[in-house]
Order: sequence, then structure tokens, then C-alpha cells
Amino acid sequence: MTISKDKIKIEGLTGDSAIAHALRQANLDVLAAYPITPQTIIVEDYQRFAADGEINAAVIPVESEHSAMSACVGASAVGGRVATASASAGLALMWEILYVAASMRMPIVFTVANRALSGPINIHNDHSDGMGMRDSGFIQLYCQSCQEAYDTTLMAFRLAEHHDILLPVMVGIDGFILSHNVERVEMLPDDEVEKFVGVRAPVDPLDPNNPLTMGPLALTDYYFEFKEQQDRAINRVPKVYKEVEAEFEKITGRKYGQFETYKTEDADIIIIAMSTMGGTAKVVADVLREKGEKVGVIRLKMFRPFPAEGIAKAVGNAKAVAIFEKAMSFGAAAHPLAMEVRTALYESKERPMILDFVVGLGGRDVPPTTFVEGIEKTKEYLKAGKAPKYETLGVRK
Amino acid sequence: MSEKFNEIPMAGNIVEPGNAEKYKTGGWRAEKPIHNPEACLWIKNGTCGRCWIFCPDMSVILTEKNGKYSYEFNYEYCKGCGICAAECPTQSIHMEKE
Repeated sequence: MTISKDKIKIEGLTGDSAIAHALRQANLDVLAAYPITPQTIIVEDYQRFAADGEINAAVIPVESEHSAMSACVGASAVGGRVATASASAGLALMWEILYVAASMRMPIVFTVANRALSGPINIHNDHSDGMGMRDSGFIQLYCQSCQEAYDTTLMAFRLAEHHDILLPVMVGIDGFILSHNVERVEMLPDDEVEKFVGVRAPVDPLDPNNPLTMGPLALTDYYFEFKEQQDRAINRVPKVYKEVEAEFEKITGRKYGQFETYKTEDADIIIIAMSTMGGTAKVVADVLREKGEKVGVIRLKMFRPFPAEGIAKAVGNAKAVAIFEKAMSFGAAAHPLAMEVRTALYESKERPMILDFVVGLGGRDVPPTTFVEGIEKTKEYLKAGKAPKYETLGVRK
Repeated sequence: MSEKFNEIPMAGNIVEPGNAEKYKTGGWRAEKPIHNPEACLWIKNGTCGRCWIFCPDMSVILTEKNGKYSYEFNYEYCKGCGICAAECPTQSIHMEKE
């Protein structure tokens, strides 16, 4: 049964703040972090909760992000519920330990305010950091609203700590666009969150009474088998995610799915975008539909594991798929999101034309007009029967 | 070493403490140390012991019983590094091809 409205606390919160509240309510044992823009408020708020005695977690201020993730791995290894936050260059400095966290099967929740990577140094939003870590073995969930950031952070613990999974989860929000903008957020009562997230039941934690070794050497003889385990674990995510979300929906009435479809059923052109761009895309679809153009939107939430079959099904018989993405894979056959979508659609009977628009790098605004420009181009390309491999939009050229 | 992915602990964890003992590193050896008791100070009067101190694999075994000193190598773990032979002040150890 959904929780009655009088128990729900409604506040105007930034995306960062919403996540900090979720972390507060999730009863962490340890949060180890090093501050970086634009995730700043997550750890600042959390430290304030700690200073005010609202939480029991150990907050470890470390000397670098490499150490932050390392401390998280250690705390997770003894069986704690652990989280951290970072972005951009900080995330890049965690690089080595991201792979360690995933391969050691540590269910750490890692909230990221997605930000461009240097250089030139830039503090604003794009998805270079998230796409950079896409092969690290983390589950990746990207959020469209502050409410979704709060909800997803809570669900992330259940997903990560599930015994069929045991993998770290990245929860991504668009830097500044979501991290620093205030939206209406409905917060669950503490006791309801406690009931939902429960207490972590660790599998084989470090314990002096039952000694074991974690993270040892595995060479040609065993390494590959451990990667096989890891691969199978991440592929179990969709099923567990569905269960966790169903439970969450029961108490909140909210669910998001691996991706969200908007007016896709009869659409000729389907926009695929992630995070906050999904909101803009939906508004654009509404306006274009008023003009009689059949445009739909798929807003992708789960990038890892990538819901390839679901996307192919949702695209259906559309004539074209216009991907709008905030990352570049320099010199690649397609940029990260388009690479996944193209692969997902390869088996389709009638493959749609696929357009890959790279937009919004370094926080360059992606207004509705950018989407309209992309749709106009898509129509031209459909008419001509051919399209460029990819295109940048919103750049002076 | 023939176990499948689902027959081994998760993530490379070693759940049985001290099981490195089961790994007989003697198989790595290309040359084995041979001990000659004639000039060995341990055999003579229970002194020196440089080979025992320097052996990285605790494979030099020095024992004393009723004032009698004996010497042996544990070839199950000796990797044949030759440090004992190099450290011996009386050239009482030499290396031989396996």
C-alpha cells in the first residue's frame, strides 16, 4: 500500500540535496569522499547530518578520490553499507579502484553529478565521466529529476546488495542542471525507508574469526573465470531491478523502468536521450505532435546493463531513431549511446535510420531548438535515404 | 585448476586461510641446491646459518639433536633461486641442473 500523503515530507531540494537525504535515510555505515564540483552538496549536506548527530555513519574525509573509493572498498569488504560521490576529474582519479570495486563485488552506491572531463578544465555537465567508466563493471542509472535521484539512490542499495548481484551502482544526475536546481521532492518517512532498504546482509565479509583473503592475484589460470562470474552477475540486474522497483512502487506509486517511453507507439521518429535531456525531448515531441509530426521519445535510465532487447522492441517500426548524447568517443565508429543503440537494432527486421547527434559538451545548453534542428535534419536524411555517421549540434562551425 | 566459474569462490576470494601451502613452488625450479657437509659451519659447530637466514622460501632446514647438527633442503618449496649458494661463506652449496 502506498504511504499516506500526510506522512510524506515535501521539500524543495536540489538534486544533490535529494541524494544526501536518501543517503541519510539509507543508514550508511561509511561514507568516504573527497569534494568535487558539482556533487559538492551531497557530501556537504551529509557531513552536516553527521555533525548534527542525525546519522551514525563514519564519514571519512580522504586525501583523494583514489583513496575515497579505496576506503569504500575496505568498508564494504567488512560488510558495511557504503556510499561515495564524485564527478569528472575526481571520478577519473578513482579509475583503478572502480574496476577493483566491481570485480571484488563490492555493493557500493556511487552518486555522480555528471560533469565534463578536462581539458580545457570545465565544471559543467556532459556525460564524459559516466561514459568513461562504462566498462568498469558498475551498474549505471541516470536520472531525469531530483525526485528520481532520491528514489534511485534508495533503490540502488537494494540492487547493489542483492545476493544475485553484488555489484557497485553509479547513480548519475546532470551536473548543475539537476545537482544545483531546486525541484519538488517527496521524501518518505525515515522508518519506511528503513523498512525498504533493510540492513545489508553481507556475503563472506572480512571477519577475524573466519579469515579469508580478498582481492588476491589471479593470472592466466583463474582470472577469466572471475570475469565470467562478473558478467553473469550484471546480466541478472534487469530481473532484480524489476523486483526492487515493484516493491518501491508499492510504497510510493512511482516507477521508472530501465527506460521510459513517451508517445513511441505510432512514432515515425524516435528521440533517444538520457538524463535531463529526456524532459526537454518530451516537450519537443509534444510541440511537434501538435504540428502533426509523429515524434516519440525513449529516455534511457539504465545504461549498464544496456537494455538492448527492450530498446529494439520499443523502437518497433519507427523510420528513424535520433540519438542525442552528451559524450564523444573520439575516433569511434559511433559515440557511446549510438554505439549501443545501433548494436541493439542490428537484429531488427526493418532497421530504422540511425542519427547520432552529439550535443551539450561542457555544459553547452541543449534547448528545445537543438532537438528541433536534429529532427529537421532527420527528416531531410530520411528523404535523401542517407545520413552522416554522426553530427555535432550546437557548436559553432 | 579445472574448476568452472561457478565452482570457485566469488571474486577470487580465498576462503580457506593458509592454503598457499598447498602450492608446491618446487615445481618452478630449474636448478637445485646441493649441500656438501665437509666445510659447512653449521655441521661443524652449529654456527653461521646464512643460508637459513637468506632463504626466501624457508626451505633450508637446520636441526640439532643431542649435539649433532644436520642439514637438509625442503625441495617441495625450494624454487632454486640460488641465494643460499651465493651467500655460503665456505662454498658448501652448489647448484645443479634439474
